[in-house]
Amino acid sequence: MTHRIPPGTRDILPDEMRELRRLQAGLAEAFERFGYGEVATPTIEYHDVLARGDARGAPAAYRFFDEAGELLAMRSDMTIPIARLVATRFAGAKPPFRFSYIGNAYRAVRPQRGQMREFTQAGVELIGAEAPEGTAEVVEVLSAALDAAGLTRAVIGLGDADLYRQLLDELGVADDRRRRILEVFAAHDLVGLEAEVGELEIEAGERETLLRLPSLRGGPEVLDRAHELGGRAVERATHRLASTYRALVGRGVAERVSLDLGLLRDLGYYTGAILEVYDPALGHLLGGGGRYDELMGRFGRPLPAAGFALYLERVHIAQAEEERLGADS
Amino acid sequence: MRLDGVSGATRARPDGPLKLAVPQGALFEGTLDLLDRIGAETEGLRGESRALVFAAEGLVLVTMRPSDVPTYVEAGAADVGITGKDVLLEQRDRAVYELLDLRYGACRMVLAGRKEDESLGEAERRLGAMRIATKYPRTAERYFLQTGRQAEVIEVKGSVELAPIVGLADGIVDLVDTGRTLAENELEVREEIARCTARLVANRVAHKLRAAEVDALAERLREASSR
Repeated sequence: MTHRIPPGTRDILPDEMRELRRLQAGLAEAFERFGYGEVATPTIEYHDVLARGDARGAPAAYRFFDEAGELLAMRSDMTIPIARLVATRFAGAKPPFRFSYIGNAYRAVRPQRGQMREFTQAGVELIGAEAPEGTAEVVEVLSAALDAAGLTRAVIGLGDADLYRQLLDELGVADDRRRRILEVFAAHDLVGLEAEVGELEIEAGERETLLRLPSLRGGPEVLDRAHELGGRAVERATHRLASTYRALVGRGVAERVSLDLGLLRDLGYYTGAILEVYDPALGHLLGGGGRYDELMGRFGRPLPAAGFALYLERVHIAQAEEERLGADS
Repeated sequence: MRLDGVSGATRARPDGPLKLAVPQGALFEGTLDLLDRIGAETEGLRGESRALVFAAEGLVLVTMRPSDVPTYVEAGAADVGITGKDVLLEQRDRAVYELLDLRYGACRMVLAGRKEDESLGEAERRLGAMRIATKYPRTAERYFLQTGRQAEVIEVKGSVELAPIVGLADGIVDLVDTGRTLAENELEVREEIARCTARLVANRVAHKLRAAEVDALAERLREASSR
């Protein structure tokens, strides 16, 4: 007789579990080496606490009431619970705080390969360290984690969550137009972007800047090309990105970082730097992260912060694919 | 801004030629013509061949149903693909980059009703909702939501024009090219929902890791499609 489990969940059997545990051990060791102590938080939290971190309520797909009638929610990532933990348990302690985690989170996605409703995230949070050095440290730990997973071909995309918004502000694009442009941008619809930008009453050169900038990605030459495009407005908007990149060069981890002016994360709490992780063997993101300098303030302890999370199952799939590709060639 | 001490080499990872998903059906001929114009040899796909995968100059062409293109591209099984805007509208939750309007295969997504027949409006007025048959249920639902009307959307797989004739629905939402099929079935366009053409889409990871190749292909296609 067979019995069902909810869509987007799965059982893990010993062969897979052995490999997952090995992967986890490698990641945990890398986190520990950089001084990031592991923490665990409850899988369920009060909904109003999670909503404080991201007011749009996006993080909480699974909600229910407890026996006292309180609204509970399954966490959708570890960043908000750790922000809650730091504000509550380390209220008097001196920053910076370095924490790592390996834990399950829950989202109402359409289940497919490497994208489940219950999934494991492995990552770090660095709370109380400013950009650019704090960001660079997080990227360095991420790079070490990818090495520990054996994903030597993996690439870290680095962008700036505010860059395009700031550029629109500099060009005086406001209200409805601004909202629509950010919408098509977030949907990665460059055809729609061209149509929206085409209707703006701005100079031809500025229009060109708004259209070309999101496609700029690659090494540090990207910043030169951005500069050529847009003069002062772009220079101001790319300033943060350039200083982060310099800090990465200083730490010797710039080689696997690809600058990407087209990144715009849709999670509500990101500010400044954003990260995405790719491996050529897998069509989906392996993980992401960035800065969230305003998140801690929402929990009453304003501190700059940055972090990343890797999707453990996807990293595992990428490992298997890399092995397969290696065996083929 | 110049940053010293780092090579500016591209980080594209060469793993063989880019895989391009080619739509069969109405967009097939136009797609092959366009590929010919950028110098990709498509002769082998035009004949009687049943091959689904075909190596052309600097590209691997993979043929499939247009509605499968976002699935393959999202998963990275194809790096880039060509499909209709109608497909992208219907599958908006697929995370693919829409890079370019290729301009061919132009048609319109429309709401159509029976000629000289007020059942669309009557159904809404007296029964509270229109019954709409369509192959594009999500596009239709979104359109009625956006225009503040209630509709009961009925998904059908085959000839959608049949539905209002036999009374399954009051109207249809469908893709219209010349409008001849509508006319033959005594239907007429009431509202235009969107204009659709062929689009170039890219996998999110390929767009980052093979940026130079994807951009070069998009640039060649842009030039060829505006000629």
